[in-house]
Amino acid sequence: MVIRAAVLWLALALPAGAEGIVSGLSQNRVSITADFDGSEILIYGAVKRDAPAPEGSPLQVIVTVEGPSTPVTIRRKARRAGIWINTDVVTVEAAPSFYAIASTAPLAAILSDTDDLRHRVTLGRIISAVGATTEAADAPSFLSALMRLRGAEQRYRLDENGVRLTEGTLFRADVLLPANLTEGDYRVRIFLTRDRAVIDAQESVINVRKEGLERLIYTLAHDQPLVYGAVSLLLAVAAGWGASAAFRLVRP
Amino acid sequence: MQIYLPIAEVSINAWLLLGLGGVVGLLSGMFGVGGGFLITPLLFFIGIPPAVAVATGANQVVASSVSGVLAQVRRKAVDFRLGLVLLAGGMLGSAVGIWVFSILTALGQVDLFVQLSYVVFLGLIGSLMLAESLRALDRARRQGPQPRRARAHTWVQHLPFKMKFRTSGLYISVLPPIAVGALVGFLAAIMGVGGGFVMVPAMIYLLGVPTKVVVGTSLFQIIFVTAFTTVMHAVTSQTVDMLLAALLIAGGVIGAQIGARLGTRLRAEQLRILLALLVLGVSGKIALDLLLTPSELYAITPGVLW
Repeated sequence: MVIRAAVLWLALALPAGAEGIVSGLSQNRVSITADFDGSEILIYGAVKRDAPAPEGSPLQVIVTVEGPSTPVTIRRKARRAGIWINTDVVTVEAAPSFYAIASTAPLAAILSDTDDLRHRVTLGRIISAVGATTEAADAPSFLSALMRLRGAEQRYRLDENGVRLTEGTLFRADVLLPANLTEGDYRVRIFLTRDRAVIDAQESVINVRKEGLERLIYTLAHDQPLVYGAVSLLLAVAAGWGASAAFRLVRP
Repeated sequence: MQIYLPIAEVSINAWLLLGLGGVVGLLSGMFGVGGGFLITPLLFFIGIPPAVAVATGANQVVASSVSGVLAQVRRKAVDFRLGLVLLAGGMLGSAVGIWVFSILTALGQVDLFVQLSYVVFLGLIGSLMLAESLRALDRARRQGPQPRRARAHTWVQHLPFKMKFRTSGLYISVLPPIAVGALVGFLAAIMGVGGGFVMVPAMIYLLGVPTKVVVGTSLFQIIFVTAFTTVMHAVTSQTVDMLLAALLIAGGVIGAQIGARLGTRLRAEQLRILLALLVLGVSGKIALDLLLTPSELYAITPGVLW
């Protein structure tokens, strides 16, 4: 309620202009601690406008959340001389580690291909696989396998009913960040569309960072790998010796 | 209780990891195998990235081996002199193995080679051990118990550079142990495991080391091989997950102690039959993976490989 009131106030207080977005995030920082088990992000906002909403097709909202991208290798098995081995490889230059789309209606109905291409909204536009077609003749089947596998891991999600729009003005979307989260900057984008054309877009960032013990281990592993290796060994030897000593006390 | 692993970047149930470590530790303490050939595929299975599974598995094997060796030392069942000779050969073999591995990597299909080595070596060693142990058990049953020591091949006794291995009661040339160590080190580097499952039967059948001494001596050697692997992975690829290792180790060291105790209650032949069945089981599972049509033809790996 407080959020909604604040948004309304913002919407009313803003200067005149075309239809535009005023938005906020429930949090712009996610801490990954040892007991991290996923996190729900609330993305909310309002449409500001100086004149009454134009007649015709209703206003639509699309929200995307995008995790950091990395190159990905996709391999396919085939049977050779009776055994299944990896035969074909396709490399994708950049695929996001996480990508969620939420919208007020099915994407095909509210976003034109031209604007999808321009703003890179759908997953197919986000994953860049320029060189993929030269590696295998049926590169598209590799890309759809990537989307299917990551979809099964809850990393790629499409919720075409995920944005609630009230009175053509207030909107909210809840996006669940899964437990298997990669560290980095998560880009949140909000698009307003009318007649399948984007009329306004806004971008913000959620910081996803490891904290505490997770941070300590990760930093040591990358900054002082030799020390880290030695500490890991020491821990292992100490644990082995400790268990042996403990058992000798218990059952001499 | 879910726990987020900082290097693997996945969230996994902590009790599952403790249990996994415990089971592998139990087998390690019982048979003197490091357990690397078990822990690594098991970690893949629960969703740990392969590179992290291999490196962290090695770290876990260090702990369970230390725990197991200490239990064996108290029973005076570790031949340190033989262990050091094997280790010298092992370092030689693993250096060659790492070199061959990099060539295979450049050629591609390194996964297939690793899987095929698993099937061939585990299958071969498992069947030989099973057949021999069953014969020994059968013989013991018919003639009543009699102390029998596996004899080394005659040509082995004629080699130069003889050395006394008192704990094992052997007076043999150092060349066969070095060769066995080198073979194990080579396979360990290629297959990414400690090599106990090759070492144990090789010591029993090729060198004629008494089964009681084999377990401790093999573990002693494995500590050094896996310690080397752990540090190498930590430095070159930062894939050792300390939190994952800590959980596996906590389960593993306890399992190893229990395993060492269980091992003393079983007869040598029974112990070998069980190890043979275990080795054959893993070999069969990997063979099936290669032969049966996989449910998922595609696999994704972050990053660009070779």
